[in-house]
Amino acid sequence: MRRSTHDTDASARKVTRRALLLGGAQVAVVAGLGLRMRYMQIVESGKYRMLADENRINIRLIPPARGLIFDRNGILLAGNEQNYSVTIVREDAGDNVREVLNRLKDLIPVTDEDIESTIHEMKRRSPFVPITVADRLSWEDLSRVAVNGPALPGISPSVGLSRHYPLDKDLAHVVGYVGPVSERDLKRYADPDPVLQIPKFQIGKSGVEQKLEDRLRGKAGTKQLEVNAVGRVMRELSRTPPTPGDNVQLTVNAALQDFLHARLGNQAAAAVVMDLANGDLLAVGSSPSFDPNLFVRGISYQDYDRLLNNDHRPLVDKSVAGTYPPGSTFKIITGMAALEAGKLDPKEIIYCPGYVQLGNRRFHCWKHSGHGKVDLNKSLAQSCDVYYYEVSQRVGIDAISAMANKMGLGERPDLPMSAIAEGLTPTKAWKRRVHKRDWLVGDTLNSAIGQGYVLASPLQLAVMAGRIATGRAIQPRLVRSINGVEQPVHPAPPMDFKAFAADGVRGGLFSVVNGIHGTAHFARIETEGMTMAGKTGTSQVFSITAAERARGLVKNADLPWNRRDHGLFVAFAPFDNPRYSLSVVIEHSGSSHPAAAIARDLMLQTLYGGLPPLSAYPAYQRNEMKAAQDALQLRDLAPAPTPARTRA
Amino acid sequence: MSYLEYSVKTVPTGLSKVLYVNWALVILLATVSSIGFLMLYSVAGGSMEPWAEPQLERFALGVVVMFSVAFTPIWFWRNMAGLSYLVGLALLVLVMLVGTVGMGAQRWINLGFMRLQPSEVMKIALVMMLAAYYDWLDPKKVSRPFWVLVPVVLIIVPTILVLKQPDLGTAILLLLGGAVVMFCAGVSLWYFGGVAALGTGLITLVMMSRGKPWQLLKDYQFKRIDIFMDPGSDPLGAGYHIMQAKIALGSGGWAGRGYLQGTQSRLNFLPEKQTDFIFTTLGEEFGFVGAISLLVLYVLIVAFCISAAMQTKDRFSSLLILGVAATFFFYFAVNMAMVMGLAPVVGVPLPLVSYGGSAMLVLLGAFGLVQSAHIHKPRGR
Repeated sequence: MRRSTHDTDASARKVTRRALLLGGAQVAVVAGLGLRMRYMQIVESGKYRMLADENRINIRLIPPARGLIFDRNGILLAGNEQNYSVTIVREDAGDNVREVLNRLKDLIPVTDEDIESTIHEMKRRSPFVPITVADRLSWEDLSRVAVNGPALPGISPSVGLSRHYPLDKDLAHVVGYVGPVSERDLKRYADPDPVLQIPKFQIGKSGVEQKLEDRLRGKAGTKQLEVNAVGRVMRELSRTPPTPGDNVQLTVNAALQDFLHARLGNQAAAAVVMDLANGDLLAVGSSPSFDPNLFVRGISYQDYDRLLNNDHRPLVDKSVAGTYPPGSTFKIITGMAALEAGKLDPKEIIYCPGYVQLGNRRFHCWKHSGHGKVDLNKSLAQSCDVYYYEVSQRVGIDAISAMANKMGLGERPDLPMSAIAEGLTPTKAWKRRVHKRDWLVGDTLNSAIGQGYVLASPLQLAVMAGRIATGRAIQPRLVRSINGVEQPVHPAPPMDFKAFAADGVRGGLFSVVNGIHGTAHFARIETEGMTMAGKTGTSQVFSITAAERARGLVKNADLPWNRRDHGLFVAFAPFDNPRYSLSVVIEHSGSSHPAAAIARDLMLQTLYGGLPPLSAYPAYQRNEMKAAQDALQLRDLAPAPTPARTRA
Repeated sequence: MSYLEYSVKTVPTGLSKVLYVNWALVILLATVSSIGFLMLYSVAGGSMEPWAEPQLERFALGVVVMFSVAFTPIWFWRNMAGLSYLVGLALLVLVMLVGTVGMGAQRWINLGFMRLQPSEVMKIALVMMLAAYYDWLDPKKVSRPFWVLVPVVLIIVPTILVLKQPDLGTAILLLLGGAVVMFCAGVSLWYFGGVAALGTGLITLVMMSRGKPWQLLKDYQFKRIDIFMDPGSDPLGAGYHIMQAKIALGSGGWAGRGYLQGTQSRLNFLPEKQTDFIFTTLGEEFGFVGAISLLVLYVLIVAFCISAAMQTKDRFSSLLILGVAATFFFYFAVNMAMVMGLAPVVGVPLPLVSYGGSAMLVLLGAFGLVQSAHIHKPRGR
């Protein structure tokens, strides 16, 4: 094993040389590591710091309280109710979750299914996530849970807000309802508010709730939470409180609305009452209605099915979305069109033999025996069809349509309501475009009495009544103020009717109710200074076939309900100084009488601001009216103390 | 020159050995270990349990081992080289038969008071064996094929055993440590060139084995390679560890977020934060300044070792020291490269800092060898 000194020295030198080489390589590696550290920790540190914060900071949204909706007198129409619920946290519940839940079952209304679904949900979530066991509990239930706290580990009561409509069905169509955000809702909003992502967050689904969603919703608050890798909340870092939504005050009078619904009952009907001073809609009702609270809670399949399959269509807002042939109420327009065009003198006599022969077709007056000599006043008061057959041929459909548009028909009023219908005011061009056929004179005749193609909604009819009453282009308004800020009243410029024309038609409308032979004479108001003027209308749903005509006049009462005529009535009052206009449409009522009766009650209710004295009715009707008034079930509506924010 | 030729008088004996201890190295080791205690205290959320205290105890034990080894003459250890290599091999075989399975691998033998990781022992035993081999071998023969083949076999056998556990990180360290001793012993550079070429071929072969019945790596190892190539490909899955490690390190910035303030580790975003990824917490809490300081301390340790190796003319001593230093170097270099996204995650702890008993004891024992070589080197010629 002996080696020469030279050898060992040489090998030692080699070791040294190699060691230095190795050291050099190591220095290079270390330099690389150092540079990498510098790059990550200095050059890119901002990016990584941000990623670290993204990791640890979890921003949770605090849902804002939805704005309240009031009627014009401060009565709450849509509010937020405390919603008491009970939640369970698995990791706090101990080993036997099922036993804890069974103990809970003895205290509050919890079903076995609730327990099963809770346990199922628990298995999918982290052990620290609270899971709702029961919802919409009473305060008593909640206190019972609180008192028994020690026996219920992991169970805790919690309070949230949920929408509540205290007047349930009265304003279901106007105010609408809220519901959980759907995929479709998310797609519809171009820039979805993050608050929509909150589980179970509710947004407006129809009516004012939907149309004024942006104002009502408010702004979500946020809380920044520090979470660990598995998502457990460690602490709250900061909190921005939510901004509640704006309170909305509608023009609607809840008491009048309630009366309207009580009066319409369960008939398929709609009524609109408008204030002529500013176009405020005081009552907009469609019956039968439904309880919007059902939708907030999540309507059951059976309930929904019942609403959907009801032949009276409770879900449809007949007042603005329902369109009907306006029937004889349209004679106001035909008459005005002819008078304004100078094709008709109010005093001109037209003879009504009970029909008009047009080629080989005979157009009947509703009174087959004929009205004899008819002037403008009589034509309206007794609703002579032949008069308007004649007049309409003079003026032509396009002028009639133009007048209808001027009166607010065929246009969609700008209101925050769902599914507002445009109606239809036919013209020659329209028929050619849509039906690819030429307009016939017969079409004009049908249109002249509000049949055929003409369609209008009760809202449009109320506007029409208001415009003929005032001679101004009144437009309806539904929102009175938002967050205490008064909403602008639409300008109502004068429509510059010729005085003799408007006065002539108004006189006719006066005679409809007050003339001894008026079609709605029974529905007059006796009170001095509250005289009502109006126009009846019945509109055919199906045209009566030749075979039926051959058999003679078919009585409405003999027809099945859904083939009977609709009954309509438009009115304004007081006659000398019109303050309110209204319309009532009752589907398949067979005649206009029920509509006229309701219209008078509604008008009296509006004029008196409550039930009218019996002296308002003709003497012979008073006993009957007394009984009817007593039978009505009205709510006791006291204006709620309005929150400060609603006052300007 | 072998120890038989030493003039015994020049070698310190008895208590005087204390004077010849390389105290600077001891202080450096203690400093790095202290950083380890600090970090283990931090990742436990500011608590001595469950890591800092056991680590302190092992360090105390390790220091005793280090000095015991240091005061034992280096020639004793040279004689022990063959034996320790065989014991290491035996333990590796044993661990395959009775070892404890942990984290998908069979790595530990439970000794009752601690869990021994034979692969850690083998790292040093291999270096000792190779140093002794080259000390014995005539320097003229080092590059002859047969005499090159012998150390290659000595390296390959334990490497394959470790790879079978499977523990890719340690296997790589064994290969690299052994290669460094051969390199320093003066084996012709041609061999290394050849091996590099062969290695390239082998890597190709390994990658080709994927999905075949004779697959050479476990699926999770292939996955780690994939994710190393593109960590963004699986940010919530296996790439999560790398991403979170980089976030922790990078978010430290210049001076760090402050001791005990690292959100990544405190909120459990970091994987294996007390072992392989502890450096990221250091980087997060002490920033660039802290990270570079630790790197400097490591470099100083290696530099002291290389300097000590060059001072001794004893072939066994210098090769042993260089081998230990290189192993130590590869430990921290691979670990840091791994957590900084420069190398695949192969499971190499940060020496003296990561929680782990075997590594601590073995490393301190290895530095005991370095000290022994330093104390017992021939002086005054």
